Amino acid sequence: MEKGYWKDYQKAIATDNYFYERSCIRQTFFPGSENAFIKIIREELGLKIIDDKNLHTCSGIGYYSGIVPLETTMTVIARLFSLMSETSSRNFVSSCVTSFGLINEVLDMWEHFPEKLESTRYYLKEATGRSFELPHNVAHSSDIIYLHRKALKKKMIYSLVNKKTGEPLRVVEHIGCHYAKIFPQHGVGGAEFPQVLAGIIKEWGGQVIDYPERRHCCGFGFRQYLIMANRGYSIANSKKKFESMKPYKPDFIISNCPGCSMFMDRWQYTIAEMEGVTYDDEQKGIPVLTYEELTGILLGYNPWELGLQLHQIQCEPLLDKIGIPYIIDKKYIGKSGKKLNHPLKPKNIIA
Amino acid sequence: MIDYYSLLRRDIRFVEGLNACMNCGVCTAICPAAEFYNYDPRSICNILMTKDNEKIEHLLKTDSIWYCGQCLSCKTRCPRGNVPALLISALRHLSQVTGLFTNSEKGRQQYAIFKTIGENIINTGYCIHLALINLKLHPEQGPVMVWYKENAEDVTDLLGANYNKLGEGALRKISQDNLDELKKIFNITGGTDLYNSINKYSKTKAKELNINCEDTIENSAYFFHVFLSKE
Repeated sequence: MEKGYWKDYQKAIATDNYFYERSCIRQTFFPGSENAFIKIIREELGLKIIDDKNLHTCSGIGYYSGIVPLETTMTVIARLFSLMSETSSRNFVSSCVTSFGLINEVLDMWEHFPEKLESTRYYLKEATGRSFELPHNVAHSSDIIYLHRKALKKKMIYSLVNKKTGEPLRVVEHIGCHYAKIFPQHGVGGAEFPQVLAGIIKEWGGQVIDYPERRHCCGFGFRQYLIMANRGYSIANSKKKFESMKPYKPDFIISNCPGCSMFMDRWQYTIAEMEGVTYDDEQKGIPVLTYEELTGILLGYNPWELGLQLHQIQCEPLLDKIGIPYIIDKKYIGKSGKKLNHPLKPKNIIA
Repeated sequence: MIDYYSLLRRDIRFVEGLNACMNCGVCTAICPAAEFYNYDPRSICNILMTKDNEKIEHLLKTDSIWYCGQCLSCKTRCPRGNVPALLISALRHLSQVTGLFTNSEKGRQQYAIFKTIGENIINTGYCIHLALINLKLHPEQGPVMVWYKENAEDVTDLLGANYNKLGEGALRKISQDNLDELKKIFNITGGTDLYNSINKYSKTKAKELNINCEDTIENSAYFFHVFLSKE
């Protein structure tokens, strides 16, 4: 009998004609990443992606913090589906891991409790006059990059190889809890064998670090981070991951989830300020990239137009390792070329 | 006494989340919250399976239901298909609609989440937006974020965003007709009722504690009381 175990770790990803759902966190902290994603889909891959001006939050952060009822969140998501239904696309692509997980959860609940789907249709109609169709395919935006990783590789100027040593860069990848822990069958590689970022890293020449706390939560915890009194939860969980990955000397971290990307960047800074500890050998910290930023720099996009200057842990050491040129004097400018002031430097981390 | 168990059974998250727990404790072993707090999702399942309304009422009044980080790691691991995180969501909802959340320090923090994330959603259509981040509440964001906020228009323009303007793009202003529809959705589905419940019970608690609870965050001593857990 043919072994079919790995079928459990595959997922169907739509090949074209995407409806893009923007992420509150990614827009806020990494607006260049969302811009780059659309550019990559349209200009590098020649595919169709719809960016709707009427988009709004899925309410996920409020829902997982307990302040938004399930019925409200279902109807807010139904409105997003209604916007999609007005277009030619039925391939819903979420920029946010939490939104991706929540949408899969809502679809799963509608399947188990069809009366909830009917009541959601009623609520949406009553509130807005709208109706909606269900998506044919739901993907996270990293799934799309994963699907097209080979085509993108052909267009890349750089690879994940240390220019000086010729060795593959050592990469920590973090897929985020809500990508595959809620529904492993909806994540490439499931929760056990995460491939969505690992496959990209390997395809583009890097080496994936399989460290003990690879699957541990970054520590967002919604209400645990949002409330200052609870933030110890958040930083403690990230610290556990940093300590676990440190012996493997990662060149950088790539994260699937916009929240995880931000936390693993900011908590390195905070730990350095609080305890004088960094998790690299040069007291600079480990750069944390989004997958759009990684794709963009390897394609030769200007790092400052991708938004690498918005990271608290500076990314220049990584650019130097890959051999990507950049103009440091253009790091802090506006679009018109206006020179901006520079951020203050942290005390305990070299920036 | 209120039949809390029957109320919980009306929540599909409760129906989905509790099948037949065999007390193996895998959920507690994998739980990031259990590692940080004195929290045990296994015991939450245990209490709920008793269907004992006195025990459930006690649970609704305690910090225990507010420790979970909703990572859903428990869903992946439970050999019986239970989901303690879904049970926690149902318990949190019931605690807020009954007002019992103000009995615990962690429960009272819901007021601060309502005043930040909750009002953000209704007023702007975003849970979080660059313009809405109050860095006084987020010192961990560091000096680059301070710089980014100070130069938001110039920087977001360079990055191809559409900062606070109507139309497509990252960080765009969401138009009033979209916000009106969101508001109507909240009204008809119980979202506004839950906001009102959190607000009403929190103001009652603030009065009981003799702490000022103004509607604006800056002038609300109660907001900072719960945000910083000044107990």
